[in-house]
Amino acid sequence: MARVVVDVMLKPEILDPQGQAVVGALPQLGIENVRSVRIGKHIEIEFDGEADLDRAREIADKLLANPVIEDFTLRVEELEEADR
Amino acid sequence: MSMRIGVVTFPGSLDDRDAQRAVRIAGGEAVSLWHADADLHGVDGVVLPGGFSYGDYLRCGAIARFSAVMESVVKAAHDGMPVLGICNGFQILCEAHLLPGALTRNQHLHFRNRDQWLRIESTGTAWTAGFEAGQEILIPVKNGEGRYVADARTLDELEGEGRIVARYVRGNPNGSERDIAAVRNEAGNVVGIMPHPEHAVEALTGPSVDGLGFFTSVLAHLGAHA
Repeated sequence: MARVVVDVMLKPEILDPQGQAVVGALPQLGIENVRSVRIGKHIEIEFDGEADLDRAREIADKLLANPVIEDFTLRVEELEEADR
Repeated sequence: MSMRIGVVTFPGSLDDRDAQRAVRIAGGEAVSLWHADADLHGVDGVVLPGGFSYGDYLRCGAIARFSAVMESVVKAAHDGMPVLGICNGFQILCEAHLLPGALTRNQHLHFRNRDQWLRIESTGTAWTAGFEAGQEILIPVKNGEGRYVADARTLDELEGEGRIVARYVRGNPNGSERDIAAVRNEAGNVVGIMPHPEHAVEALTGPSVDGLGFFTSVLAHLGAHA
């Protein structure tokens, strides 16, 4: 088994009201030095056998992210022997 | 012969019955289409109704885009068939790249449900030809992810080409860029609108009957091109 991790984030120019809501809540925790919070999605794709980056990129581009408003990054995650 | 307008039901669609009813009140024949059936059953136009297709689990409209019926709808739209996406249907049209831009979380994060004034900006579409340019109409809006966004170049293109079909007036309910409530494709056969014309077709149940114009427009358009 192999795991590919996809991180999907709103493009920098797209407003993230969810992140803004978190920033707005931080003073209640006594935290005053946070300028910005942006919220995205972290997706773990597990393949039978070897990590198939091309396939993972296709999944991310067609389904997981909307390229109009979101960017994504891909990386292969090394698994511990016990997880394989 | 009355024109046949298909209304697609996805798992999670809510407004398919109201859309069918609007078609009938306008004088057309409503045909129920099913998400898993690629056959459009010979309809003359298609409505993608509001709701939460596939639970909106990934992103609104993202999974519906890959349904069997959408493959046929995309092909028919490219061939000129009138297609109207309302609310979730608008999100699906954007995800399917039939319309530019995307719909994101309302700026204030609240679900917004109210009667909303719009100004019709483009009558050069199959769905709005029966309105007057600049006409103000009152129809319900109800969404949590209705904020229309696109990059500045796309927005400028839409404005320059007269492809903004309707704008919010007397208050923007969700923070949409440039108050955009509805847009169209270049040909004018595909329109996406966030508020709900199908809920404003009878005095008993709607704030007006202004929404009926979308359905009478498409029937007149089809009649003229038959």
